Amino acid sequence: MDSLLAILPFFIAAILTLFTRGSLRATIMIATPIIATYGIYNLDVGHILNATIIGLDLAPIRIDRLSMLFAYLFCIAALLGNIYALYHKDTMQHFAAQAYAGSAVGAVLAGDMLTLFIYWELMALTSSVLIFARRTDASLYAGIRYLSVQILSGLLLLAGIVIYYQSVGNLDFNHIGLDAPGAWFFFLAFGIKSAFPFLHNWLTDAYPEATSSGTVFLSSFTTKVAVYALARSFAGEEILIYIGATMAFFPIYYAVIENNLRRVLTYSLINQVGFMVVGIGIGTQLALNGAVAHAFADVIFKGLLMMSMGAVLLRTGEMRGSELGGLYKRMPKTALFCIIGAASISAFPLFSGFVSKSIIVTAVLQEGYYGVWLILLFAAAGVFHHAGIKIPFFAFFAHDSKHIKTTKEAPKNMLWAMALSAILCVLIGVFPQTFYSMLPWPMDYTVYDTTHVFTQLQLLFFSALAFVWLKLANIYPPELKSVNLDAEWVYRKLFPKAIYSISTVCAHFYAKIEFKAERGLQLAQSSTIQFFGAGGFLSNFRSIGGMVMWVAVILSTSLFLYYL
Amino acid sequence: MNDKKHLFDKPKNVKILIRSLYACCFVLFCLDLVIDRHIYHPWESFIGFYAIYGCLSCVVLVMIARELRKVVMRPEDYYDIKDMPLDNEGKKKEDLMKTGEKVDG
Repeated sequence: MDSLLAILPFFIAAILTLFTRGSLRATIMIATPIIATYGIYNLDVGHILNATIIGLDLAPIRIDRLSMLFAYLFCIAALLGNIYALYHKDTMQHFAAQAYAGSAVGAVLAGDMLTLFIYWELMALTSSVLIFARRTDASLYAGIRYLSVQILSGLLLLAGIVIYYQSVGNLDFNHIGLDAPGAWFFFLAFGIKSAFPFLHNWLTDAYPEATSSGTVFLSSFTTKVAVYALARSFAGEEILIYIGATMAFFPIYYAVIENNLRRVLTYSLINQVGFMVVGIGIGTQLALNGAVAHAFADVIFKGLLMMSMGAVLLRTGEMRGSELGGLYKRMPKTALFCIIGAASISAFPLFSGFVSKSIIVTAVLQEGYYGVWLILLFAAAGVFHHAGIKIPFFAFFAHDSKHIKTTKEAPKNMLWAMALSAILCVLIGVFPQTFYSMLPWPMDYTVYDTTHVFTQLQLLFFSALAFVWLKLANIYPPELKSVNLDAEWVYRKLFPKAIYSISTVCAHFYAKIEFKAERGLQLAQSSTIQFFGAGGFLSNFRSIGGMVMWVAVILSTSLFLYYL
Repeated sequence: MNDKKHLFDKPKNVKILIRSLYACCFVLFCLDLVIDRHIYHPWESFIGFYAIYGCLSCVVLVMIARELRKVVMRPEDYYDIKDMPLDNEGKKKEDLMKTGEKVDG
């Protein structure tokens, strides 16, 4: 029972949110992650809960330093997200968010593949509710696309599990490696959820369509569970280094030209996950620690940035950079928190991104992947450019938008959630050794030495210089109302068009055949009428005498034939 | 409220901000001559490698992104379902068939 105290509170809370309202529900939502944290704290490293179900040996709970860190992280994310979400009274979202957080904690604590699969699918279902809850046409369609992709990932995982179990004979979820039976199914399933190139568009498509608080939860859990799964099962696979480098590299171009600021953040989410995937691909203890540390830091600073944008969305109903600007006059606190989040994601010294990203970059250099190192440096400069400067600049500064007349500061609970996230970002950045001591593997690493701090400052300040120059010279691409084509074009445009053209051709032939069949039937009908209808050959009036004569003819013919 | 002058309403403040950025960049570049860094890769030993790389990457990033826009930018309603005239077309053919006209054109 002790073991379940880590997960069960979330699911109980999910049910309780259905029946409670007001401050009672708020208390439940805040207490749940704290109780779950206590539940994890009570479990020792090495604790395993075993169970045998239908002849399968399962381990629904397995605590080691890796799973424990992620479980703590998700409890923190759930707490911050819940505080942030208190402003709305949407029961559906509160229910889904608790169940989603519980599934995420359950997934990282799962010691066997079947349990992982169950939580994997639960996450897909519960998270999609946070998208549907926006209740617009766009969110409905995006949610359906999102759910389809998530279910596909789940099916791939299940296929992998079946193949793996048949040849290996156990379901323990440990290192798999690409040579294992069914490994590529696992790899693809995890790859979809961690937004590998060409499999990434579910993220940029659906997250910006979710509700203000929904996106905060979404950006915290799904991709990080995938990162955890990759770190657990495919650490040290070299292909991940190149996949990660691509992920760190290509989304920043899209982020620069994207107009929807929450979509910019989703592209930068892929970019950050790219750093983690590189770390997992390198697979040394230092690199893996870097990947896990960066996942930890990313959940908090990306959550903070999503929170600030969510507050803007709530207050203005607008998320397009072209329509926003000047909001620091009305939302100064939100602007400040957004800048702290931006400083963290850009890896400014004294902020959380710096202490985690540096580990990965150092590991890449130490292992001699110089090409990847140059790409990561480029991505680090680019991230400052599109997330660090662009997000706060176009939302809160730039030109004065029409919204500054009516907008108010974000609700108090949102400000509290943002303040706590911002404090965490700074605490991690200022006390890195405490943070490092929580990491799964031992390492000897000092982040605050002259080289790291100095080179990072140079990189960032000169990136800022480039931004200022490009902006003053009017070279910087302005925010324009637009969408940008990406891999999703294949299933959002090409497939529907192909299906449409094929069905048009089929319809054409079908119409032809139907027309000919109809003509044949008409012909048959008219000839039947000709023979049998009124006035037809067979319905002519004949005299009785004539008929008797024909009977006599037939009878005499048969008589004649008989005697022949 | 709207009459109140805010921090960046005054061009002077914007100027101060930009000038202090220039100053920081200048100081950081000059410090590179003095500070002894760890070197893992020979390129790092160039003076101001990180500064130049950071600046250049951002310029290159934006230049490529501008070109990318020419290829991938579409109107906001590009993916909307309205441009899929399946229903109208389908209906037209049905009507034609009902009246018995020749359907293939």
